[in-house]
Amino acid sequence: MRVLVLGEERSRIKLIDEETVRHVAWLARLEVLDDEVEGFVEQFNRILDYFRKLDEAETEDVEPTFHVLNLVNVFREDEPFPPISPQEALKNAPKSERGFFKAPKMV
Amino acid sequence: MSEKVVIGLEVHCQLTSLKTKLFCSCPSNYRGREPNTLVCPTCLGLPGSLPVLNQKALEYGLMVALALNCKIPKRTMFFRKNYFYPDMAKNFQISMFDRAGGAPLGYDGYVTLAVGGTQKLVRIRRVHLEEDPGRLVYPGTIDTAPYTLVDYNRHGVALVEVVTEPDFESPKEARAFLQKLRSILEHLGVFDGGLEGAMRCDANISIAGGARVEVKNIGSFKDVERALTFEIMRQKQLLAKKVAVVRETRHWDGERRITVSLRTKEEEYDYRYFPEPDLVPVEITEEMLDQIKARLPELPDARQKRFVSQYGLPGYDAMVLTSDKALADFFEKAVAAYGKPKVVSNWLMSDVLRCLNEYNLEIWESKLTPEHLVEMLKLIDEGVISGKIAKNILWDMVSSGKSPKQIVEERGLTRIADEEYLRKLVDEVFKENPKAVEDALSDEKAIHFLVGQLMKKTRGRADPQLANKIIREKLASK
Repeated sequence: MRVLVLGEERSRIKLIDEETVRHVAWLARLEVLDDEVEGFVEQFNRILDYFRKLDEAETEDVEPTFHVLNLVNVFREDEPFPPISPQEALKNAPKSERGFFKAPKMV
Repeated sequence: MSEKVVIGLEVHCQLTSLKTKLFCSCPSNYRGREPNTLVCPTCLGLPGSLPVLNQKALEYGLMVALALNCKIPKRTMFFRKNYFYPDMAKNFQISMFDRAGGAPLGYDGYVTLAVGGTQKLVRIRRVHLEEDPGRLVYPGTIDTAPYTLVDYNRHGVALVEVVTEPDFESPKEARAFLQKLRSILEHLGVFDGGLEGAMRCDANISIAGGARVEVKNIGSFKDVERALTFEIMRQKQLLAKKVAVVRETRHWDGERRITVSLRTKEEEYDYRYFPEPDLVPVEITEEMLDQIKARLPELPDARQKRFVSQYGLPGYDAMVLTSDKALADFFEKAVAAYGKPKVVSNWLMSDVLRCLNEYNLEIWESKLTPEHLVEMLKLIDEGVISGKIAKNILWDMVSSGKSPKQIVEERGLTRIADEEYLRKLVDEVFKENPKAVEDALSDEKAIHFLVGQLMKKTRGRADPQLANKIIREKLASK
């Protein structure tokens, strides 16, 4: 992953290159065709341009916000509630076997 | 052992005392249950479901952090750790993160460890809460299985992760730490280490200057010593051949007792943590912490000191007994019924532990009860059995759970204090060992030999004092 360049020069630098697009696609397990890559490079950089705009705002004395709701400490009691049936649980599974979800071979 | 070994541990412990999972109300006692019978839309990650934090899990996590002498942040929140693997239904694990505005539940803590007669300080880097992944089943073996079966019953069970600094210098120290951690968690009442898979760990190992290797999938503290010993041997062999140790992740194969390279791509560690938008931040107030601190029970270090001051035990005894909560509880129950702490401690520390070791049992798994041990000690005091016979029947008590009285009766092991009968046997011993009798007139050692012969004839059941008396009288009359 390319490191974001700070300072005045950043507005002239393309942050996302072809390699980054392929890496993000791999992380998201999405197939991106060769002739699509350039289009995504363009779109990703445009998205980051919006963030550059946001970066112009003065935030020196502002607490970072990590959550849109002004709420903290929402808890649940440690009291059990009946689970759903295994039939229901497996209803959306493309494949199942003996009550298990069936997934492709890993490793 | 010239090269210095450096080991750090990441330990995952299930908060087994909870009734429900970390973020949903599904029951968390998944052991022995049919697959996918303890799941709900939240732990299956179905659209529209929302996680809500289990308050008790937060309390337990804070108890662990405090017990490990950690600093506690004023505010924390959960993060999504993104990765694709079917053990997580959502394709991310809800965990905690120490950057990007996050903080673990506890950080910069320590645990003291007794190592070779001195106290060693093991630094705790952080303690945090996260979800346990689901269980993967491979039909056949992991190498040959054509597909993977997934059971999400365990998915979402609350884990507390404890990460140490690389402060261990040997596999033994790492194991001692896990044992101590288990004892602390059991004293807190949040964890039962006797449950299969309740404590699992990953280890980082490097040898002087070599690359750091991570070993995953160590399933118990018995295995940690084996896995680390193997890995150190492997790295040393490479170094001896002047081959560089590669920085990598290896998998501990408990069956074959080796570590295997996972050959994972580096990209997989790109977890893209970001704050979990479905959960609100957690504020840890002074009031909350005071309440938890007030409820903290006596922990192993304090109990160890009390065993010395209250029962007058040597420091070493106190350390061994409190290293296992069940053992410490057993000791206190027995002493409450019998008194004589040193006698109880001696039996536990030597014969009982040896016997458990031999059977590969922990004290709570064995059928030995404090009541039976006390009954056995009383039988010795009353002269019904000798100490030697007691040592013998202990094995039966541990494996069968029978009371000592029952064993003694069934096997006819009561002490022989019938003077007339013993005199008859002593006559035989004298007849059979004329040379020893001759010697015994001038040599104390030969008397012991004659007593030994009598014990042999009675399979240890002769009352030793009476036996001595009879033999000496008989010698004196010669």
